[in-house]
Amino acid sequence: MNDIKFIQKSIGAKQPSTISRLLHNFNFTVGMVILILLIAMAVLAPLIATTDVNEANPLTTFIKPGIEHPMGTDNIGRDVWSRFVFGGRVSLVVGLAAMVIGMILGSLLGVVAGFYGSWVDSILSWLTEVLMAFPGILLALTVMAILGPGLSNVIIAVGVGSIPQFMRMARSSVMKTRELDYIDAARVIGCTDARILFIHVLPNILRPLIVLATLGIGGAILEGASLSYLGLGAQPMTPEWGSMLSSGRAYLNNAWWISVFPGVGIFLAILSINMIGEGLNEVIDPVNRQ
Amino acid sequence: MWNYLGRRMLTSLSILIGVSVLTFLMLHFVPGDPVRALIGRQSVTPERLEEIREEMGLNKSLPEQYIDYMKKVVSGDLGRSLKNNRPVLESIMEQFPSTLKLTFFSLIISTTLGIFLGATAAATYNSWFDRVLSFFCIAGISVPPFFLGLLLILFFAVRNKLLPAVASTNDWRGMILPAVTLGFGEACWLARMVRSSILDEMNKNYQNLARAKGLSEWSILWNHVMLNARIPIITAVSIQFVYLMAGSVVVESIFARQGIGRLAVTAIQNRDFPLVQGTVTIIAVVYVLSNTITDILYAVVDPRVRLS
Repeated sequence: MNDIKFIQKSIGAKQPSTISRLLHNFNFTVGMVILILLIAMAVLAPLIATTDVNEANPLTTFIKPGIEHPMGTDNIGRDVWSRFVFGGRVSLVVGLAAMVIGMILGSLLGVVAGFYGSWVDSILSWLTEVLMAFPGILLALTVMAILGPGLSNVIIAVGVGSIPQFMRMARSSVMKTRELDYIDAARVIGCTDARILFIHVLPNILRPLIVLATLGIGGAILEGASLSYLGLGAQPMTPEWGSMLSSGRAYLNNAWWISVFPGVGIFLAILSINMIGEGLNEVIDPVNRQ
Repeated sequence: MWNYLGRRMLTSLSILIGVSVLTFLMLHFVPGDPVRALIGRQSVTPERLEEIREEMGLNKSLPEQYIDYMKKVVSGDLGRSLKNNRPVLESIMEQFPSTLKLTFFSLIISTTLGIFLGATAAATYNSWFDRVLSFFCIAGISVPPFFLGLLLILFFAVRNKLLPAVASTNDWRGMILPAVTLGFGEACWLARMVRSSILDEMNKNYQNLARAKGLSEWSILWNHVMLNARIPIITAVSIQFVYLMAGSVVVESIFARQGIGRLAVTAIQNRDFPLVQGTVTIIAVVYVLSNTITDILYAVVDPRVRLS
């Protein structure tokens, strides 16, 4: 197989493009399909939900999954399917928003540390190492303790928890970019630091940061759902996968569907993003490409 | 070696100081008056508020308060819980053994399973078995522990009554489900690590020599490749120890087990700040210490590290 590729390359045959190799990658394609389905479900939630998310009906409690209620009903007669699709919205948005916050704050710190170097870098790098001494969920929990429970606080907590990784990535990318000629050129024509940082440096280091953020969404969804599961995030009325799963635990004996379906939702969301990451890694990493 | 040790210790010390500053400042990050955060929702007169401020030393400047805080922490006084007025250190010490037991049990599961799966996958590289295993591992990493725990409870405790979901601390069977829940994702993660570190070491010259000497592939894998692949594996295992400990926060809540993780969660739910500070400090300190020990272990195992 390798020999064929080598011969193709040496006689100038066209190598398949990255996109086409991605599309032929099992992990990438399957992950993408799952993710697109989940996003479509979240976007179309109002259309595909069969009832209002909080429409309780004492006559229809604990109905098994069937034609009328594809995922059954819960302890107060709410339709689990409708809550599931709206819950997907909340969980995906929490993951995405947290990563955006983490990326903005972490990159800012990393860019400043990498660009100015010396004592600014020492202090900021030390701060990152200190933050990293709190394992992910613990840092998020600490922030929750400070801010108090609530869904928007979950987003902030998970975002803050991801700052160190963005900061590290941004810092090392800036340190490489800083040395390039065009930065010197910009300085020679009299650009201010802020202009160099935001117009010249930042666009060049954005790509790895965006990849990091995208692949981090899975972990962010997990952390967000964990906080809600622990009762610190979404309140019981808000449909959110973590809290739905948590509130169904009490009825595991006779109504597994209340908590199992939201769990499957979280699992699929994280799985899809991990598979996309794995696929990207297999295709883009030069070690695997040979 | 001593030079390396000294530098490593100094870094750890500076991080520990940072950890203590952050946990100390936690109370001051809370929006509003720290005294309010400490006394919760009780209604008190403004005079009483000032008295508490005086008692707690909250009227001093921040650096002074930090020094007071550190003096107490170093002498083992982590304050008292706001909820039941028990010394925080006492509660932590009471809960810690249970978490440690769970963490070690999970570590054994995740390490043996992870190394075994990873080595097998590497040995059968690119076969259908390797592919199935790779997919299984991605799936394993993606399962939220609280969902895995729920499924395990559903199948083993609710449906089949094979294993208890909640058991007294002395019954080892009660440990199986929580330990598997906690260790499974880490085992899958470790398996991937082990597989790629072995593959990195594969097809090097020393293996051809071993092959020429007539050793079996299996013996080359275990006696030669694994020996060289152990550095990333040691790191992975030690990182796991701390991740498992942090993971106990969620897992102890699922199985209603005693432990420091559950203590931290209840403290956060009650906004019991001294207890939050105490539990967070302890977990972070264990984290920093185990990272330090890992780095020292490297230097012992691999002379390249201590000479660089």
